[in-house]
Amino acid sequence: MDNFPIIRVITKLLMPYILLFAFYVQFHGDFGPGGGFQAGVILAAGLILYGLVFGLPALQKVAPPRVIEWLIALGVLVYAGTGIATMLLGGKFLDYEALKHQVLPGWLPEGQHLGIFLVELGVGITVTSVMTVIFYCFAGREPVDGH
Amino acid sequence: MDMLELVDIFVLALLVATAVAVARVRNLWAAVMFTGIYSFLGASWMLILDAPDVAFTEAAVGAGISTVLMLGTLALTSREEKPIKKSPVLPLIVVVVTGSTLIYGTLDMPRVGDPSAPVHTRMDPSYIEKSEHDMHGEMPNVVTSVLASYRGYDTLGETTVIFTAGIAVLLILRKPGKRKTELPNGADQKGSHG
Repeated sequence: MDNFPIIRVITKLLMPYILLFAFYVQFHGDFGPGGGFQAGVILAAGLILYGLVFGLPALQKVAPPRVIEWLIALGVLVYAGTGIATMLLGGKFLDYEALKHQVLPGWLPEGQHLGIFLVELGVGITVTSVMTVIFYCFAGREPVDGH
Repeated sequence: MDMLELVDIFVLALLVATAVAVARVRNLWAAVMFTGIYSFLGASWMLILDAPDVAFTEAAVGAGISTVLMLGTLALTSREEKPIKKSPVLPLIVVVVTGSTLIYGTLDMPRVGDPSAPVHTRMDPSYIEKSEHDMHGEMPNVVTSVLASYRGYDTLGETTVIFTAGIAVLLILRKPGKRKTELPNGADQKGSHG
């Protein structure tokens, strides 16, 4: 893509807005349309665009494959961990009411709001990293049989 | 209202035209581009149907990521479809019968936006009535409260499905011996298709 300055410049211009929109969809999902899954695919689409235009090594500097592979599991862990946390706090699995007034009251949202925030975060982390890792798997391969 | 219907017809006509183009074109690169266009039109259609979150997903996954993945696959294989030698009569009959059945099925469907449609009356409306109270007024988006709280188990399952799919793709497609070359520094990756 070194020969396409327009694409490079436009991508650089768009990148912050794509990432910002992904985070907006992630953290504003309790008020507007969206949530973890949508935010995850938008964030991954931004990363993949970066990888397409500036090359796979540049993207892998931003999102190292080893880290991304760990993040796949971390997202599910955050989700299930929220459930375990509610159990430890005396509720049922994923019963967010148990999160009421437990963690930094006044600073963090509480109860349902905190629970939904955490599980959506888990979904977002897993979706972003799965999509990115699938892209790595496809883009990192060499053609076979000299095509 | 007429204006909106015009937009509906325009988008749907473009969808049909793109679908026909995907089926007819022999150049696979062009076909992948058309599927991307199809997904983007699908996203526009979802927006018209007041489902912006589905439209986000369709635009990002359908038009963006899967198009890129298909192009990545094409870079590894061939760009031209092999010519078809079999007779197209039997597939045509199957397609026509299936399509007619589907169209016949839509005749029973309620009009779009009909307030007496089953989707507005049969589903337990208590989700919508109780969400405000159950969420202590902090969660105006009922879709989010249903997905993440009322049906948190389901969403945990869906996240696990995505997790499993990602692991499966990794196991199948990861370059053999990548770990050895990758561990010292992550920068010696070849094969940028930039």
